[in-house]
Amino acid sequence: MNTVTTKVQRSRAFLTVFLKEVRENLRDRRTLISAFLTGPLLGPILFVMLLTVTLNRELDKAEKPLPVPVIGAEYAPNLIDALKAGGVVPGAPIADPERAVRKQDADVVLRIASDYGKAWRKGEPVQVELIYDSSQRDANTAVERVSQLVEGYARQQGAMRLVARGLSPSTAWPLQVARRDQATPQSRAVLMFAMLPYFFVITIFMGGMYLAIDLTAGERERQSLEPLFANPVARWKILAGKLAAICAFSTVSLLITLVAFAVVGRFIPAEKVGMELDLGLHFAAYVLLLMLPVVLLLAALQSMVAAFAKSYREAQTYISLLMLVPIIPSLVLAVMPLKAQVWMYATPLLGQSLGIVQLLRGDGVTTQQIGLCLAGTLAAAVIVVLATIQLYRSERLAIST
Amino acid sequence: MIEVRDLHKAFGTVKAVDGVSFTARDGEITGLLGPNGAGKTTTLRMLYTLMAPDRGQVLVDGIDAAVDPLGVRRQLGVLPDARGLYKRLTARENIDYFARLHGLPEALLSTRRDALIKALEMDDIVDRRTEGFSQGQRVKTAIARALVHDPRNVILDEPTNGLDVMATRALRQFMARLKGEGRCVLFSSHIMQEVAALCDRIVVIAHGRVVADESPDALRAMTGENNLEDAFVKIIGSEEGLAA
Repeated sequence: MNTVTTKVQRSRAFLTVFLKEVRENLRDRRTLISAFLTGPLLGPILFVMLLTVTLNRELDKAEKPLPVPVIGAEYAPNLIDALKAGGVVPGAPIADPERAVRKQDADVVLRIASDYGKAWRKGEPVQVELIYDSSQRDANTAVERVSQLVEGYARQQGAMRLVARGLSPSTAWPLQVARRDQATPQSRAVLMFAMLPYFFVITIFMGGMYLAIDLTAGERERQSLEPLFANPVARWKILAGKLAAICAFSTVSLLITLVAFAVVGRFIPAEKVGMELDLGLHFAAYVLLLMLPVVLLLAALQSMVAAFAKSYREAQTYISLLMLVPIIPSLVLAVMPLKAQVWMYATPLLGQSLGIVQLLRGDGVTTQQIGLCLAGTLAAAVIVVLATIQLYRSERLAIST
Repeated sequence: MIEVRDLHKAFGTVKAVDGVSFTARDGEITGLLGPNGAGKTTTLRMLYTLMAPDRGQVLVDGIDAAVDPLGVRRQLGVLPDARGLYKRLTARENIDYFARLHGLPEALLSTRRDALIKALEMDDIVDRRTEGFSQGQRVKTAIARALVHDPRNVILDEPTNGLDVMATRALRQFMARLKGEGRCVLFSSHIMQEVAALCDRIVVIAHGRVVADESPDALRAMTGENNLEDAFVKIIGSEEGLAA
């Protein structure tokens, strides 16, 4: 008795825990589906569907004939002809245009006053009204188109009047604005892809979630934590093995989603609206690098939260709340497009969001930015790991009842 | 050998263990007898270093639990009150997991595991996943994984809890066998007959204190009761929490 066991191969404990957790969870259908199917694929599928719908609608709007109800079309036949030439299909007048616009029955309604003809002949300024609701973002393209056509017609008529009076049209326009848009096809795409970093974070989160719950709260609920801790292995080593298993699952999730995005990126008709999207190998490699410390950070955070919970169900509740945290940086970037400061790169999750958006813009990331991003997140991960180790030392952790 | 000296453990204002001392010797079965809530499980938890005592000392084969908890755990085979198995693993995988955590080399692991499977008569279930195991099958698996590293000292917390008659008989025989191999066997129970049938020494605990530490015969003589159950009631002073 006890002759061989004293020569304990201590380094093996970590690997033993890791392999056992991986094997056990590979046999759990729910974990597998969440980590390798719904988690990593939901993002890309949702993404490509949303984008295709949005892009196609933009395309439709720009090319399609645009029906616009016109009130008082008979007073301004020339204007109506000009609008028709620009692709507008004048419709029958409607009784209550304000209501129709608010109810989204019409994107925009044009109202021409009955004294249009009289004023026009006198050479007095006349008013045409565009009735629309700017809070209906969907209608904005239509409003823009009609408004440009009307203004273009006005400018053209104005110029003709000046010529008729022997003046150069340029007298009336002493200043000309020339717009020089510096947006590249890639940077235009960024507006739409600001949420992409969040998809990656959520994938990592979902990949490890069930393991994190199972390996701490679940193990305690099933009363297997106490016998486990009766083994001659330091608790931090057990935790390390468990964290490694969580990280392995979430990394595989991330890899699957990166591949899926690379495949799906080819089917997004981004170039049709003057955007360029590169989700290929180069992009994937950088995202993987930036996200690696996030994998550890989230695994530790999830384990810590699960260690607080008394039951599997309680842990599930806490962790779903935790899932809302990583959305913050992406939201901040989407709502307030800040100029990136150096410290932001070192902020966990925010740094990754900035880096990924830069990659999408085609600007690339500098070594310094990558360094800050990795160092900042890794530091946060180490702190959370240490806190979780501390939590694992607690006597109460192992007690199931 | 397990030596316990003046253990104290309080949870808030509740004194769960309030000065427990006893010795469990090699080649003997020592029974920790007491009603529910007497402090048996808490005492055992301090023995296998899951909890640290507020005061007092635990020595296992001379190793101080406060100084070298890992060393103590290496000398112990433990069947805790919580005996959860990994449901998605087979019985064999459950046993192997703990064996590897003890650092057993693979060759020795399989000899030890197979010997235990034979001794516990669990050949028929060893390659089944433990999900859906009966209580008896679960306890067998839990004991096998607790003893796979061949510990000199064995701690069993209420091992016969929830077992049917046949399984209980088998387990008792197994414990006698462990004793025969010269091991120190310490088990807790609230069941009189069990303790009477098995133990060389009975430590009776009530309200966190040791109220008697004798051989079964001495216990009968001490209380003047022929029946051990009556002796037990007399010692702990009430019938509270007592199940036959």
